[in-house]
Amino acid sequence: MMVTDPNAPKSAYFLVEEKQAVITTTLAVIVDNEPGVLARVVGLFSGRGYNIESLTVAETDHQKHTSRITIVTSGTRDVITQIKAQLGRLVPVHRVVDLNVDKPGIEREMALVKVAGEGDRRVEALRLSDAFRARVIDTTHTSFVFELTGAPSKIDAFVDLMKPLGLIEVSRTGVVAIARGAEAM
Amino acid sequence: MDSIPVVCFTGQVPTHLIGSDAFQEADTTGITRPCTKHNYLVRDVNDLARIIHEAFYVAKSGRPGPVVIDVPKDVQFKKGRYVGPANVEHRTYRPQTKGDSRAIQHAVEMMAAAKRPAFYTGGGVINAGPKASKLLRELVRLTGFPITSTLMGLGAFPASDPQWLGMVGMHGTYEANLSMNRCDLMINIGARFDDRVTGRLDAFSPNSKKIHVDIDASSFNKTVKCDVPILGDAAEILAEMVAAWKALGKKNDPAAMKAWDAQVGEWRARKSLGYRHSDEVIKPQYAIERLYQLTKDRKTFVTTEVGQHQMWAAQHFHFEEPNRWMTSGGLGTMGYGVPAAVGVQVAHPDALVIDIAGEASVQMTIQEISTAIQYRLPVKIFILNNEYMGMVRQWQQLLHGGRYSHSYSEALPDFVKLAEAYGAVGIRATTPAELDAKILEMINTDRPVIFDCVVDKTENCFPMIPSGAAHDEMILADAQDQPGVTEAGRQMV
Repeated sequence: MMVTDPNAPKSAYFLVEEKQAVITTTLAVIVDNEPGVLARVVGLFSGRGYNIESLTVAETDHQKHTSRITIVTSGTRDVITQIKAQLGRLVPVHRVVDLNVDKPGIEREMALVKVAGEGDRRVEALRLSDAFRARVIDTTHTSFVFELTGAPSKIDAFVDLMKPLGLIEVSRTGVVAIARGAEAM
Repeated sequence: MDSIPVVCFTGQVPTHLIGSDAFQEADTTGITRPCTKHNYLVRDVNDLARIIHEAFYVAKSGRPGPVVIDVPKDVQFKKGRYVGPANVEHRTYRPQTKGDSRAIQHAVEMMAAAKRPAFYTGGGVINAGPKASKLLRELVRLTGFPITSTLMGLGAFPASDPQWLGMVGMHGTYEANLSMNRCDLMINIGARFDDRVTGRLDAFSPNSKKIHVDIDASSFNKTVKCDVPILGDAAEILAEMVAAWKALGKKNDPAAMKAWDAQVGEWRARKSLGYRHSDEVIKPQYAIERLYQLTKDRKTFVTTEVGQHQMWAAQHFHFEEPNRWMTSGGLGTMGYGVPAAVGVQVAHPDALVIDIAGEASVQMTIQEISTAIQYRLPVKIFILNNEYMGMVRQWQQLLHGGRYSHSYSEALPDFVKLAEAYGAVGIRATTPAELDAKILEMINTDRPVIFDCVVDKTENCFPMIPSGAAHDEMILADAQDQPGVTEAGRQMV
């Protein structure tokens, strides 16, 4: 039997994958804190064409020199499974936990938001920051720097509200996440 | 991709000059990160011993792979304290080797219930050691199922066995590919569903359940969905499978197995590796066949370069033992064969080591002949010389409408004189009649030999599944005679 469909692709390079629903998930990755470990993780994502929506990293155990990397990524369910397996293959990786699927987790992000303005706009910014439970950590007669913690969507909402009130600059940490309940990951 | 354990030592500029664009400085760990399993930059000589032991452990365990150790010059000069390998344990890397017993039991029950089962094995069986090959043979013979293998897995199961189907994939045999396509149960042991094996994914073995044994969890469901993934070492899992199979009461329905055997026999009868022999020119397939016949009773190791000659070698040189076949599979790197042959000859000084090469590939690393001369390594470089980058030419002919570009080599060296220039022995064969005598002359020469085997220039490598086609859409050598080939289909290829 031979190929008869004239529209069939001539080479596997032109095959299109079936579309699956794209989901977003948060991965917590415990790694040895050694030189190049972050480059390995990031290189894996860029090399295999995976998405990184947010990435945070810091050493969390100073005795064992292990770091915790929190990655928010998106892809089809199959891609997410591949990402976890590929991360698990890296030699310095201890554990990979999906904080949506394996264990329900909570996510938080911190933002520093600089707003400049005078008069009513300044008063309104301060009033809104109170509603969002943001703290004022720096102030001049014409500006505020707010510190705000919460889910990424809350920070998005606050930043949107500040835009007409003289938003100057935003610095965000990226998402950190932890599993609910008494157990360690 | 081929999961070959290699430890490379590289030299780096002194630690205090790293990052300053010093003379011959390169970010070696940065460059090699994507193409190694792991790498190290040694900053303190007291870490050196531990890192070396760790590197060998990482390279060999789990899914094997290459590891680079980059040693700065100042560290090379310093003295440090040696730590023995017994005291070194890797902190994180502990691959799982034992398979899940419940999954194995389930897999074996599926095997016993199958009506059209087939084994599909890969380089993982060879990497799991000689014990894995032995257990595979035992399991395959106990079950009576037909078995095929990837390019990397050749030799794990003896090619002379009646259950052997030949290689699977793009240039695999008709019976192997049809068995994959029509089976109702595929038992994959240590293979990774590479695109050269699967062809068009949505038409790859559409009606089968798939058992997949692999040491690398990322191989499961990467391209092909599997029904029973079993993570672990092939040898350990095969041992459990053999035990579970023996303990099983009810085995396959004999009538169904007989019908399946008959079907496979029908595909075999198609003799897909056939070619038209010529008395005037040496057909490359004939050259490999004669090379095989004249060397099969010796302890022979074969390495290859990449291209048509590699596929002909895989098709027509038959392997009875694992680790006798060294080839570059996943990356397909031309130039692999000569240095690989040198390495094999060092490891097996008394064996016959042949690099089956193409005249284009061999020139990538031909300077290693001088290493062979220097270390008195009597490697044999057997060049199938068709003056073309044959596989490139074949694709240009079949897929690019005959637009040949940069695949013909008009300015080739005289390989016999080249051999002599290196201090090796050069032999040339141009007719089928003289081939046997020349091959024997090569075998009986206890020095490095470059054999220039002048073959038919335009022979193509068949059977072939065109990239993007399904297993039952193979092109066979005599496709013109085959019923069901439409003109549209031929143009399509």
